[in-house]
Amino acid sequence: MSNEEIKSAVIASTGTAGIVQQSPKISAKDFCAYFGKFKALNNINIDVPEKKVVAIIGPSGCGKSTFLRSINRMHEVVGGTITGSLTLDGEEIMKSDAVMIRRKIGMVFQKPNPFPTMSIFNNVIAGYKLNGHHNKKNLAEIVEKSLRQAALWDEVKDKLNKSGADISGGQQQRLCIARTIAINPEVILMDEPASALDPISTAKIEELIFELKKDYTIVIVTHNTQQAARVSDSTAFFYMGELIEYSGTKKMFTSPEKKQTEDYITGRFG
Amino acid sequence: MEIKSVLNNVEDAQSATAFKDSANEPEKKSFIKKIFGQSNLGDFIFEKLTLLFAVLVFLLVILMAYEMYTNSRLSIAKFGWGFLTSSTWDPVTEVYGALPVIYGTVVSSLLALLIAVPLGLGVAVFLSEIAPGWLEKPLSFLTELLAGIPSVVYGLWGIFVLVPWLRDSIEPFLQDHFGKLPFFQGAPYGFGMLAAALILSVMVLPIISSISRDILRSVPFTLREAAYGIGATKWEVTKLVLSNARSGLLGAIMLGLGRAIGETMAVTMVIGNRPIISASLFDPSYTMASVLANEFTEATSDLYMNALIELALVLFVITIIINMFAQLLVWSMNRKWKKG
Amino acid sequence: MEKRVELNTFSFFRRKIVNAVMLSLSLLAAIITIIPLILIFYYTISKGITYLNLDFFIHMPKPVGESGGGMANAIVGTLILIGIGGAIGIPVGILTGTYLSEFGNNKFGFMVRFLTDVLSGIPSIVVGVVAYTMVVIPMRHFSALAGGIALGILMIPTITRTTEEMIRLVPQSYREAGLALGIQKWKTTLLIVLRTAWKGIATGILLGLSRAAGETAPLLFTALGNRFWSTKIFQPMASLTVYIYDYAKAPFEDWNKQAWTAALVLILIISFFSLMFRIITRSKYKV
Repeated sequence: MSNEEIKSAVIASTGTAGIVQQSPKISAKDFCAYFGKFKALNNINIDVPEKKVVAIIGPSGCGKSTFLRSINRMHEVVGGTITGSLTLDGEEIMKSDAVMIRRKIGMVFQKPNPFPTMSIFNNVIAGYKLNGHHNKKNLAEIVEKSLRQAALWDEVKDKLNKSGADISGGQQQRLCIARTIAINPEVILMDEPASALDPISTAKIEELIFELKKDYTIVIVTHNTQQAARVSDSTAFFYMGELIEYSGTKKMFTSPEKKQTEDYITGRFG
Repeated sequence: MEIKSVLNNVEDAQSATAFKDSANEPEKKSFIKKIFGQSNLGDFIFEKLTLLFAVLVFLLVILMAYEMYTNSRLSIAKFGWGFLTSSTWDPVTEVYGALPVIYGTVVSSLLALLIAVPLGLGVAVFLSEIAPGWLEKPLSFLTELLAGIPSVVYGLWGIFVLVPWLRDSIEPFLQDHFGKLPFFQGAPYGFGMLAAALILSVMVLPIISSISRDILRSVPFTLREAAYGIGATKWEVTKLVLSNARSGLLGAIMLGLGRAIGETMAVTMVIGNRPIISASLFDPSYTMASVLANEFTEATSDLYMNALIELALVLFVITIIINMFAQLLVWSMNRKWKKG
Repeated sequence: MEKRVELNTFSFFRRKIVNAVMLSLSLLAAIITIIPLILIFYYTISKGITYLNLDFFIHMPKPVGESGGGMANAIVGTLILIGIGGAIGIPVGILTGTYLSEFGNNKFGFMVRFLTDVLSGIPSIVVGVVAYTMVVIPMRHFSALAGGIALGILMIPTITRTTEEMIRLVPQSYREAGLALGIQKWKTTLLIVLRTAWKGIATGILLGLSRAAGETAPLLFTALGNRFWSTKIFQPMASLTVYIYDYAKAPFEDWNKQAWTAALVLILIISFFSLMFRIITRSKYKV
């Protein structure tokens, strides 16, 4: 049987075309996260499809950042532990090498954090170089490509030797995105990437996310529901460590299933 | 059953292709590069390497104590605790009692603190509570400069400037006006306890002032605001800050004491170097560190050398105890505010 | 409130006066502190300048009784001694400091941190005695190596603690950025964290080196001193500080004057370190 035939067979037998249209890029099953004895996340089940944007929303302390950080094992850095299953392309993330996982799953942080001792050029190439690639010819090419993808090239092409800390906050954040793109990840995690930025820079980041979706799977955490509505394909609502609702963004923002979700989205929370 | 296996097949096929896509570049690396470049081995080696050096520093302190102990066994066996209580230090008859030099060490250090503590705390208060920003920075710099002058330069200055000045002006003056007191007896030579205490006070002053300044600064500003809010004067606020910081300040003073006790060159050059116990500040004296500086290369017999190393061991133990207390006080002080 | 507190004018003025007196006293303390500094610098410069000429840097000490000569051997000796010290103290200090900040949040780390602070309070002459028993006795003669080891031990606390504190100042976000790029922890620490903290670490190193340059006591019976030209590390070696000590005690006026010049040169060398520090740290990227 060919692949197509299997697919149609499956679709026929299960009767739900939606499920098998694509195996998920990232998948969490009965996923829990702990900090010491504190349970930060409880039984999360979620699938992130490839080359889509999934937004995670919820009030402070709901566990959304913890979930995001677990995906590329950054929770370990701050001393978290997890149980259950979390997979990338069906492979258990916790059983893989953390370093390898982080190369496939890049991350952009809340506060722009370009390396202050490096030039813009070296910032973009930092991950690539420090991962042991030294092919000098490619470097300039990669830098230009990454900066173009991050919509920053035109603004910095004349000052690539300046410090990464010498540009505006919005530019710094796009520099961090370029730095992440440069190691050619499959997934980009964004932890409130625009919360430290002004409205104009925020708009630029949102546009950028829309562009990046063509090549990357993106998971974005935001406490700004409007932003989630603008940039994402599906949205997950976390509350008190639980996944309350996960559905298409349009549906979520027009006819949420749960009362809690509706309260949060409409700002009637708490 | 069938459906499930088919589903699995689909997943397998897809994850296999996904695997191939993602694995194209890193997989090509050589075995060695893979070990060092990909796995946690590099991290493991790095952590253990830094740990090794931390262990080395830890062992160093223990090794120092051990070295001095084994190299002073002759003296320890012969004199026992009497080493600390006997007042004869005589290389000719091979009798070594450290009491006079312990006395000289303690008295010169305490006298130095008598001068340096009020001054040092005064400077610390001035720097942290009073001085405007433009004055505070250069003043801090100057006091730190004072700490950077080598001990031997202090000694040089002591020999050629301080001692003649004491001999020609200060000591005769003291004798004329307070000559009845036991502290100002004997001929004013300049070299002696007074010169040593003065030099030491200048040397420990920057230590006391800079550590105290940092401690005063660590007291939260809200405390000061609260005091100002109920109408306290600047001095009253300062008193409150001082009393809140007293354990840390005590630590700073003890660190100064530790430094004074172990200070060698400047003291050796001006104290006169005679192992006698005298109440007069004009008389020469001797400290543990000075004995080591003067006599170590002249020690001809094994017992003499052992006695000197035992002296170093005593000095080591005293300064370690003082420093431990001092550090604990300073640490607990810093911690107190960080948590609150 | 039942009773209003009466404002007592007398006590108010008394408080004002006490305030003024105490604040003036603290200003006075600051002024008194500066006086010895000025005096020491004044004498070192005015007395040291007489012999400060090229001869002092390129000539050897003259035999007793002859005037003139220089301290070329002592200047080179001091540099070699702190070089040996640095070769020991810098790597140990940086790696221990790195351990303390990156892995040392445990009981052992606490103990090492505490012992390092305690080590910084151990008199330098005691370190000299230990270097004597550990190096001079087994080798059966005084050597520059023994002196350098003593200086190296003395540098460890300064460099360790500065390194630790400076690495701790590097925001966690840089570590996370490095790790999230799939860079191993050791590379992140060395190439990103330490590089960001480099200026601060350099301060610690230069502070350690300049303190070592001013040490005399630990050299008295390790490197000993040498009236002749020697750059051999297994032989006794001259140093500026030991020369200052010997020449200050000597009953020859000419030597006394040279001691002042040596003191001036020593202070110049130490100042050179802090100048060098400023140059090194004036890099193009800020922290």
